Amino acid sequence: MSDLIIRIGGEGGEGIISAGDMITQAATRSGLNVLTFKTFPAEIRGGYAMYQVRFSKDHIMSEGSGSNIFCAFNQEALDKNKADLKPGTVLIYDYPDGDIAEEVKIDGVTCYPLPMSRIAKKDLEMYRAKNMVALGALSFMFDIALEELKDLLREKFGKKGEQVVATNLKAVDAGIAYMKEHNKKTDPFTMGNVGKMAKDVIIISGNEAAGLGAVLGGCRFFSAYPITPATEIANYMAQWLPKLDGTLVQAEDEIASLANVLGASYAGARAMTSTSGPGLSLMQELIGLASMAELPVVIVDVQRGGPSTGMPTKHEQSDLFMACHGGHGDAPRIVLSPENVADIINLTAEAFNLAEEYQMPVLVLSDGSLGFRTESITRPDPAKFKLVTRARYAGGEGFKRYEITPTGISPMSLPGDDVAGSYIATGLEHNESSNPNFTPENRVKHCDKRFAKLKTLVDKYHAPELQGDGPADVGIISFGSTMGVSREAVALARKEGLKVKALHPRLIWPMQVEHIKAFAATCKKILVPECNAQGQLAELLRGQTGINPVSYRLYDGLPFSPQQLLTKIKEVM
Amino acid sequence: MAATTEALKAKDYRSGIRAVWCPGCGDYGVLNSVQNAFAAHQLPLNSTVCVSGIGCSSRLPYFLKTYGFHTAHGRSLPVAAGVKLARPDLEVVVFGGDGDLFSIGGGHFPHIARKNVDLTLIMMDNHIYGLTKGQSSPTSNPGSIGTITPYGSPDTSNVNPLAYALTYGATFVAQGFSGKPKQMDAIIQEALNHEGFSFVNVMSPCLTFNKVDTTDFFKGAFIDLPEDHDKGNLVAALDRAFNAPAGKVYSGIFFQTRKPTMVENLRALNKKQKADKNMDLNIAVDWFKP
Repeated sequence: MSDLIIRIGGEGGEGIISAGDMITQAATRSGLNVLTFKTFPAEIRGGYAMYQVRFSKDHIMSEGSGSNIFCAFNQEALDKNKADLKPGTVLIYDYPDGDIAEEVKIDGVTCYPLPMSRIAKKDLEMYRAKNMVALGALSFMFDIALEELKDLLREKFGKKGEQVVATNLKAVDAGIAYMKEHNKKTDPFTMGNVGKMAKDVIIISGNEAAGLGAVLGGCRFFSAYPITPATEIANYMAQWLPKLDGTLVQAEDEIASLANVLGASYAGARAMTSTSGPGLSLMQELIGLASMAELPVVIVDVQRGGPSTGMPTKHEQSDLFMACHGGHGDAPRIVLSPENVADIINLTAEAFNLAEEYQMPVLVLSDGSLGFRTESITRPDPAKFKLVTRARYAGGEGFKRYEITPTGISPMSLPGDDVAGSYIATGLEHNESSNPNFTPENRVKHCDKRFAKLKTLVDKYHAPELQGDGPADVGIISFGSTMGVSREAVALARKEGLKVKALHPRLIWPMQVEHIKAFAATCKKILVPECNAQGQLAELLRGQTGINPVSYRLYDGLPFSPQQLLTKIKEVM
Repeated sequence: MAATTEALKAKDYRSGIRAVWCPGCGDYGVLNSVQNAFAAHQLPLNSTVCVSGIGCSSRLPYFLKTYGFHTAHGRSLPVAAGVKLARPDLEVVVFGGDGDLFSIGGGHFPHIARKNVDLTLIMMDNHIYGLTKGQSSPTSNPGSIGTITPYGSPDTSNVNPLAYALTYGATFVAQGFSGKPKQMDAIIQEALNHEGFSFVNVMSPCLTFNKVDTTDFFKGAFIDLPEDHDKGNLVAALDRAFNAPAGKVYSGIFFQTRKPTMVENLRALNKKQKADKNMDLNIAVDWFKP
């Protein structure tokens, strides 16, 4: 078997997340590819928590469609997932003597009872080991990295002493023993051994990837305010920037964090902040200032369910309008859209180069699905990350900070350069010397200058990636994590012989209008799946390219599944 | 501090741009004192950065030849902090008014103060919004008349900038008056000298819109802090920030103490982590090995 999805659900605080992390890590060590998907309650303890791992011997493009195996820690988890327990799937559940009171029988579903609560509480006298009982059972039953799991336990708990290691190993073995004794395997799901882990693999979350990408992109100044689901980016930067002799600031709010970053950038630093929708809303005025004063800044936005406090822990892609058009006035900015975790590393690093080159804010639009997931990916090689730096004032008289040039890009001086390079960075409309100037002629000249940089970028930027060739009945355009789902759905459709293709743009703003039009010209219909209620990408595409796509919107807090999208493709055809 | 061969005079700090304030505005006096203080310290033109928010007084950086950043309304302090924390080698001076710093930007002040970011903040306090033509500000007297409070402001209290700064941990707190230029020169010089966050509140009357707290009013009101005032005593400083003799206001240095600055604290933290600009980035990547 080459592809398997296991989901574990239960009460927050029962060790669901740590169990999921462990099987994910063990599987990676055994040579499997992994991609995880989690939902947390907004509360610290209590509430429903879910961890899903997709294992594969091949590259994984998305969370997948539903799950093959569901492991229920309690009744609530079982109820929440009943709809996904379709014929052919497997259920492992806490029974008897656990939270689930009755034996479960579902037509076509293989149900294995496992009294994980009882085993942990009564036999092992350590209720917290419940998750380890379940892990042992899962690892054994579906032949996923059992030896690696045990090694990992010894490493993880080694510091806490022999006793803790022994108890956890005992819990794993108890889970295995119970399954051996009481449940005859009747399902077909067996992952099997792949052999050895590839040498150059790392396992990393989307949020950590944004941090790593920033570090590889030369970021040495970071300021942020805590916000779900972006806090892990700050955590990563906080851990590594001091080692790199960088500057880490926890700001008093998101306005201050972007203000810190603007000041640092003005002084020459490669600087970044990270946030989610509510924080990005607060930053709008200063994004305009960065655009007006032409300062390189990078903002990573991990989108969540909005508006207002919305659904902080849920996935959504509803900040696209705000990213491209937010704030008052006409303020050019660049928006990048990563498809997966590896992409986040590359695009966040690239964001610094683009910010430096074009002297404007660059936003990386991550989302809940990308931020929280972990993936096993090819290890990035730091030597391959080349840093582009801003055009610099060379010294001497006659310097004009906002000199009109054909590309729109003008050299920038930094404090500490010659006195002749001094200027006042400003949010006021200004002339080439950066003095306030509101004459009609000057206004138009400088507004056009700032937008000229976007044209320079579009002319220069690599073409968006194309999946599939020739004429197609349906062409898909999406952004962010939905690109991965589209990629998988298109692959499935093409396997079925359907004429379907996709365009996967990394540069979402400014739009690569000519490339998109050329793509659309080869498709009978354009389908735009996205996780928001208004069809924001479809709307921008209409305005920018004149094409009229079929908009497919999901806004229930979950990402699309490839099957869902495949069904829609067939419906649209 | 000076790196130039020829000494800079006060006028050498002026840019060619003519100041745009109304005739008689207190801000002219502040600009003069700032130039004098810069010259007294021989601040290099190229490594001094003047940061401001929005308002009449926030135009000040344009009139100086140093580097500068005219930010957004209320955001001078966090932008200035970014400059200083990224480049501790720079001298960073912040200018703004009472509305900019205590109303729209009021949320930043406590944090810059308690973090002791090494900035010099010079507030030009005129008890009114001047650029928008006369509205009641956080330092206006309760009941004051403004264009949005034509029947009197319904606010119960006004902000006491000195007490506010003292309470939130500013390590240098002083008050001056644009009508007492010699004292103001001395205060600003001391503020620039201070290592840590220094706050100078300068009463800078608005002749155009504030008909109550006028230059004449302040001329009669300002008295020097008593000679025996102990500027190392926070409680005494707070007492004098609140309790001047009836109808009077104190000017002078209320409080000064030396505490680690944020830059010093960050350096210490980095040092503990064996900070190395040239750290092999492979270490940061391999941390993710399964």
